[in-house]
Amino acid sequence: MAIDTLPESSIPVTRPFRLRLGFLTATPIIAVATICLVLIILMAICAPLLAPHDPLLLAPAQRLKPASAQFLLGTDAFGRDVLSRIIYGARISLVIGLGAAVCSIAIGLLIGLVSGFFRWVDAVMMRIMDGLMAIPAILLAIAVVSLSGASIWTVMIAITIPEIPRVARLVRSVVLTAREEPYVEAAISVGSSLPKIMWRHLMPNTIAPLIVQSTYVCASAILTEAILSFLGAGISPETPTWGNIMAEGRAYFQVKPSLIFWPGLLLSIAILSVNLIGDAARDALDPRMKQREGK
Amino acid sequence: MTAANSTNVVLDINNLVVGLGRKADAHRIIDDLSLQVREGETLCLVGESGSGKSVTSLTVMGLLQKGTLVPSGGSVKLVGEELLTASDRRLRQLRATRMAMIFQEPMTALNPVVHVGRQIDEVLRAHTDLDARARQQKILAMMEHVRLPDVERIFASYPHRLSGGQRQRIMIAMALVLEPKLLIADEPTTALDVTTQKQILTLIRDLQRDHGTAVLFITHDMGVVAEIADRVAVMRHGRLVESGPLDDVLRHPKMEYTRNLLSSVPSLVPRTPRPETSEPVVLEANELGKVYRERSMFGKAREVAAAKDVTLTLRKGRTLGIVGESGSGKSTVARCIVRLIDPTSGGVRLAGREISDLSRRLLQPHRKKIQIIFQDPYRSLNPRVTVGESIAEGPINYGMPRKDALARARELLELVHLPPDAISRYPHQFSGGQRQRIAIARALALDPDVLVADEAVSALDVSVQAQVLDLLDEIQKRLGIALLFITHDLRVAAQICDDVAVMQHGRIVEQGPAAEVLTNPQQAYTRALLDAAPGRGWDFANFRPVSEAAE
Amino acid sequence: MLGYLLRRILAAIPVMGVVALFVFLLLRLTPGDPAAILAGDNATPEQLERIRTSLGLNEPIYIQFYTWIVKLLHGDLGVSLISNKPILEMIGPRLEPSISVALATIILSIVVAVPLGVIAAWKHGTWIDRFVMGLSVLGFSVPVFVIGYVLIQIFAINLHWVPVQGFRSISAGFGPFFERLILPTCTLSFIYVALIARMTRASMLDVLGEDYVRTARAKGIGETGVLLRHALRNAAVPVITVIGSGFALLISGVVVTESVFNLPGIGRLTVDAVLARDYPVIQAMILLTSGIYVAVNLLIDLAYTLLDPRIRY
Repeated sequence: MAIDTLPESSIPVTRPFRLRLGFLTATPIIAVATICLVLIILMAICAPLLAPHDPLLLAPAQRLKPASAQFLLGTDAFGRDVLSRIIYGARISLVIGLGAAVCSIAIGLLIGLVSGFFRWVDAVMMRIMDGLMAIPAILLAIAVVSLSGASIWTVMIAITIPEIPRVARLVRSVVLTAREEPYVEAAISVGSSLPKIMWRHLMPNTIAPLIVQSTYVCASAILTEAILSFLGAGISPETPTWGNIMAEGRAYFQVKPSLIFWPGLLLSIAILSVNLIGDAARDALDPRMKQREGK
Repeated sequence: MTAANSTNVVLDINNLVVGLGRKADAHRIIDDLSLQVREGETLCLVGESGSGKSVTSLTVMGLLQKGTLVPSGGSVKLVGEELLTASDRRLRQLRATRMAMIFQEPMTALNPVVHVGRQIDEVLRAHTDLDARARQQKILAMMEHVRLPDVERIFASYPHRLSGGQRQRIMIAMALVLEPKLLIADEPTTALDVTTQKQILTLIRDLQRDHGTAVLFITHDMGVVAEIADRVAVMRHGRLVESGPLDDVLRHPKMEYTRNLLSSVPSLVPRTPRPETSEPVVLEANELGKVYRERSMFGKAREVAAAKDVTLTLRKGRTLGIVGESGSGKSTVARCIVRLIDPTSGGVRLAGREISDLSRRLLQPHRKKIQIIFQDPYRSLNPRVTVGESIAEGPINYGMPRKDALARARELLELVHLPPDAISRYPHQFSGGQRQRIAIARALALDPDVLVADEAVSALDVSVQAQVLDLLDEIQKRLGIALLFITHDLRVAAQICDDVAVMQHGRIVEQGPAAEVLTNPQQAYTRALLDAAPGRGWDFANFRPVSEAAE
Repeated sequence: MLGYLLRRILAAIPVMGVVALFVFLLLRLTPGDPAAILAGDNATPEQLERIRTSLGLNEPIYIQFYTWIVKLLHGDLGVSLISNKPILEMIGPRLEPSISVALATIILSIVVAVPLGVIAAWKHGTWIDRFVMGLSVLGFSVPVFVIGYVLIQIFAINLHWVPVQGFRSISAGFGPFFERLILPTCTLSFIYVALIARMTRASMLDVLGEDYVRTARAKGIGETGVLLRHALRNAAVPVITVIGSGFALLISGVVVTESVFNLPGIGRLTVDAVLARDYPVIQAMILLTSGIYVAVNLLIDLAYTLLDPRIRY
């Protein structure tokens, strides 16, 4: 029984949820990450204006040309301009990252909320989630894509499915902790209905961790898409994606390593930026979480 | 109590300043504190939360969190040796050999994955050259010395196998095995039940007498002070308010703050009984029971009866107290009555209507008649919802228009002596006592017949506790509400209850008017509880021992 | 203890059941004729019919599931649609490279990551801490194959320290086996080190704030004793948990790494199966890797009882 007088300073003060965008410039590193991400987003949006060539235009005469004034990063094995393909490739990565994050958060939130509150749903749902988590994400995505054909939609679904259990478990654990709180019991005793308790007292607790989680899902989705393309199980090879450019570069790696280097660099910067922003958001949302960072 | 006639100063703190951070203008957690503890003497350091008493003890031990709390002035001398400037190495040598410390939470103070014997052994291995056999003998002897039973078995046990009292004995054995000059005890009995508390206090006093140890005993509980102190030092906001021999401070406190602190301590002598009433019965519990079943896949299901055959009656405008130690089932009963959990047997009648077997939906109209306030004021309000919305939630649930409900919330805030404009603020802007008032306002918003207070003042400092108790009393007089008051604190029960039910192991062992149960107990257990209540010989609020009150 | 063990094993069954159901239903619930999906666009009717019989697609779905699961329980993973060989036989020779890389990675990662995490937590807030955390974000962010090619470029192509690609069985001598294992292992270790170091640091930080660590310090024992005997032992449970849950990540990494370094392991087998649309092989690989994942986590559950006496019931 805790009887002692609680020293006020040791009480974790949870303030009403508020995320100001100021955290994006909290440290120089995060500021750089934010700028990088903004530049990549701008590059994706303005791709038709920025790209010097048509990313799909085949020019067999210009195969594997080194960097020149005409082709700033050279050409690939089909004579396509690498720079243009890289610029267009940002589109796919960002769309997939964002799409997978939104979908998995939405579905995971629903599953997590329901299983956090209904025991019988919980038992079934968590077994399903355990099963999904036991399947390595890449293999699961490969299976989905290889069966339903490679389009941007199937790739997005394939990447979303393995992310759902992580979100659902996160939401569920937040709900399970929160529902033991005396303020939830107080809400029960003043006669609040179940939906009202969920919406008003449980949901808000999940927002902060979900914002953080969504950045991690986004980063992981961009990564998975690139890996799928790299393995040849992603969106069709002629579509410019960073993974596809690198997949084509594999065969010519010893001749022209820049085919892997440049898209790899951009890919890494994009994922790194999203991850760093995620960490910064976590620190800004909950100073206590600064210390504990199991992903 | 031994008189402090020896002049050997063991711990000498002079003009100590501890700041938050390294800056010169940093906020001072400890401000110009001077204390002496002599050989064979117990100095009780008393103060409410935030007074800096624990920081003082950690400063002496050199255990302050590096870089966060920084001693920036004054001196701390242990048998003449300056500690503030001592090297980390020297401090490590001094710990356990010259100075030792025991902590508040015996449940968490021991490493859960190491045998307790080995944990004591570490002290000997770090500071002595004894061989394994000699060390073990010394440890077993020490464990017997702190009156642990079956020492060989306990030696090889993990902490989770031991009770709280046993763990605290292990901590004491660990602290005293090398016979340090100074023992610092930081709220060592606060987390224990009163009967265990009494044993531990006796143990510390006896060991001190045998070894002549100087004890710096930190506590917030005046009762404990009266039991164990030779001298008392009162702290507030990091400063020393006053210090002196126990009797002087309790009888003739010089400072206003000390007087107030003492006046706030509820007396163990029950208040003058209110006349019996023939008001209607608002709450009845009939042979209420709650059995927890632990389902296991193999073997039989284990059944734990958290409450059994609990029968209670509460009339309008009266206060019924349920007292008991931890695990006695008193909170289970409260939660069954409010239907936060479902009782497994027996019945609860609310204003004559049986509610224990109603489904959640049918229960809805009855919920508003019985409301509950919880122990922890920091967790009983949703941090993301404004105070007004929290209070108005109940009335809105029962169909009151939002605007009227918020207007009602303002009235209620005034009723609990908070400014009505608190309505648009968030809980983190309020202190613990204020939050408890808000929780009371929320409970009152539905005009309940019965208010259940589950350890509602236990987490509060005594001065705040007294204010909240006064408030509850005032509200009861004004609204004629019935109170079911759950507490472990007999002093609180004596001051607020008309009737008292004493619980042990899920059953009521004795029940009756407070004045009778608490002055003339019939059952052995009730007598033991009363006997163990610390400071029972003192009437703090009147600055005199109870024995003198009769004269 | 025995009860705990049995309960953990029983709890693993539904997990594998869900995995099996998932791979089974994935093929049947994908819109379109499963046989047509598997055979590709320009398949002949005979080919379609052969696939239908091979997978029993003409039966009602519950009978299909029943026969499939019974075969599975007898260790029959089915036959490849391409080579017509039993899949189990195809997997056998592929295990050595994959297991070698995975084991080497686990050992290297733990040896590197745990000390890094402990030091970062101990020196919390200093540049060492920031460096370790930075390294760990980098490990999460840079794709495995990018790391792989960078390492190849530096250590194999520029410095000629190790061979570029390929695999030699350990039966051909430890030297050739080992030197071809170095780069894949380092590549794959990046993400695992990031994961374990991060969790070790977080868990140590939690534990260092515990009362018993303060008790240990109050006893006057040295800082190393406090860190290792008291803090690390208590911090171990979340760390080995993440080693277990990270195993799925490791398997994904093995698939990619084998492609980069041309290792003839089960990862290559899977990727080749994807390119050839050989679904039975993909299905078998999912079952196999999930089985390994579940088994590893079962072992870790059992390890808890050794680490924490409170879990022993």
